[in-house]
Amino acid sequence: MQLFINIAFANNGWLVAIRSKERNNINFLGNPAGRPILFSHGFGCDQNMWRFVAPAFTDRYRVVLFDHVGAGASDLASYSFERYSSLGGYARDVLEICREADLEDVVFVGHSVSAMIGVLAEIEEPERFGGLVLVGPSPCYIDDGDYVGGFTREDIDELLESLESNYLGWSSAMAPMIMGNPDRPELGAELTNSFCRTDPAIARHFAGVTFLSDNRADLRRVRTPTLILQCSNDVIAPQTVGEYVHRAIPGSELVVMEASGHCPNLSAPQETVDAIRAFLGD
Amino acid sequence: MPSAGRSGEDVRRARRRPAAEGVDENLEDLYENAPFGYLSTLMDGTIVKVNTTFLTLTGYTREELVGRARIQSLLPVGDRIFYETHFAPLLAIQGQVREIAVELKSAGGARLPVLLNGAVRRPAPDRPALVRFSVAPATDRREYERELLRARQRAERSEAETRQLAQILQASFVPPELPPVPGMDAAGVYRPAGRGDEVGGDFYDLFETPRGWALSLGDVCGKGAQAAVVTGLARYTLRTAGMQRTRPRDALALLNQAVLRERTDRFLTAVYAQIDRDGGEGPRVTFSLAGHPPPVRVAAAGGIEPVGRPGTLLGVFQDPALHESVVDLSPGDVLVFFTDGIIEGHGAADLFGEERLAGTLEATRGLDAKGIATRLVDEVVSFQSGLPSDDIAVLVLRVPREAPVPDTPEGVEGPGSGLA
Repeated sequence: MQLFINIAFANNGWLVAIRSKERNNINFLGNPAGRPILFSHGFGCDQNMWRFVAPAFTDRYRVVLFDHVGAGASDLASYSFERYSSLGGYARDVLEICREADLEDVVFVGHSVSAMIGVLAEIEEPERFGGLVLVGPSPCYIDDGDYVGGFTREDIDELLESLESNYLGWSSAMAPMIMGNPDRPELGAELTNSFCRTDPAIARHFAGVTFLSDNRADLRRVRTPTLILQCSNDVIAPQTVGEYVHRAIPGSELVVMEASGHCPNLSAPQETVDAIRAFLGD
Repeated sequence: MPSAGRSGEDVRRARRRPAAEGVDENLEDLYENAPFGYLSTLMDGTIVKVNTTFLTLTGYTREELVGRARIQSLLPVGDRIFYETHFAPLLAIQGQVREIAVELKSAGGARLPVLLNGAVRRPAPDRPALVRFSVAPATDRREYERELLRARQRAERSEAETRQLAQILQASFVPPELPPVPGMDAAGVYRPAGRGDEVGGDFYDLFETPRGWALSLGDVCGKGAQAAVVTGLARYTLRTAGMQRTRPRDALALLNQAVLRERTDRFLTAVYAQIDRDGGEGPRVTFSLAGHPPPVRVAAAGGIEPVGRPGTLLGVFQDPALHESVVDLSPGDVLVFFTDGIIEGHGAADLFGEERLAGTLEATRGLDAKGIATRLVDEVVSFQSGLPSDDIAVLVLRVPREAPVPDTPEGVEGPGSGLA
């Protein structure tokens, strides 16, 4: 059957193959012949999360940036509540990106929930990866017996409610608030549109998938050399969680950063870059 | 004039003494007792300065907050996650955030809904960057937003119910599946316009009558409940006519009267056909067209052409001009009935048209009825980038090349049955 359409009505069951290049708004930077380093953003933003970190790798690496489906400039029509009902759907996207761009010996850098997305992709196709960098990882956000994830189920329900009340305003009013920052002229024009913007329904679903996931049992199956970057004072992924991940992934390396908060890629880009470079032996 | 002089003097005095003169306003007080709470933090959220309004709103003392607390610790956990995953990145990347809806935990434990605006300030390259927040109480606004949210959820539920109602109604316009017709391969496909959330006016039917098999297919003008009433009326009026051995032309005339009696402003186009199997090599199809596109015959011997004499549409005139046409089908022949959603499908530049219809049917030679109908509808839907502008109904009759299985008396008598 010949199909001319390139939009998918995932909810109507009309499906069409869309390549990950468009689906995930993939951007290639840096040295085309270099070792690929794939940056994967977490819940709440898009590939702009890496804007202060990725440029440090363009000299030697083939830098690959992308948006998860539903975030940033990804193709919203490709979003399927079914495919993305677990982190496995996102991990499949990561592998499809790698396959379509022929990436080998990939350094995967995943922030927040993308750390576990990387873990799942690595377990599926370990030969594809040469290194995993997990920035603020948490295999399970909810407390469970002796395991302290940092949150209760009620906390997560409250988050979903918070998202709802915020996106009420944000869904149509995000764009006007985005302006240039006089201190950082490089952030100028490209920010005028959808910055860290997410479809409200997708954000809510992604939040549920993210914060209700439990990938603790997967950690010990990782074989690729792994670096864990743990921030101080991270309320999303506390230090005990980083230590848990470190104990569970065989041979992994844990670096506790001075940076505080959950986004060292934004708050302490140089410290983040230095830690990744040291891990890669640059 | 004295009065004029006094007036001029007043004006001069007013100029010398502007309204703001003598008003006691100073920056310190403007900060402390502004109509907003003000909060300054480091980039990591540590509170470094706070105004009196904020302390009054939340019940904290300055000592409890400055240098000790972080703004995140004043937020309930859901908002705290939101802060870390959305708010902090935006501040770091674009230097400001606006209209963030959060709740603040006040000293007494009560939650205070507020709207936050934040802007990053870098005093000097060697000094730490600050984030300045304005904190506006938003209790009433939040209640209003919650009401909006509830209204939207109600609207979404209601929309889902309406869509389901449309689908159920729609499903009643075509048989769930076609009954097997002896010696004939028949298939129908129906595809609603757009995303299929509005009830359309296309129908088709295939049923056994006392004098053989009959089919009907039609298109009621318009959409929605009113069109649905006429669509249901049309399908069942033609069915009833068939059961009363009515000839195709008379069946349509009967429907015309029925629609006129409804006093609706809806009209329709339709085709009604009688399939006879007595005598001849293949079945004989006698049909009548009422304002409807003629069916297309794909002859096994070659050639693709519309067949039948056009007639007047139904539901408008007291005495429509209706005729009957006869087509004898040979083994391998295909007869395709369809609504104008096929030929009038809007593509990027033009309509799907009869040429594309013929081309598509040419490419379906060798397929069974189901394959032909599906392929045709897929092509038309694709031509319209996946969103057909009109409902599409297709009913395909095909005479198998092999002899029909003799499972009815007619089949046994048929001379063609000996070919097996």
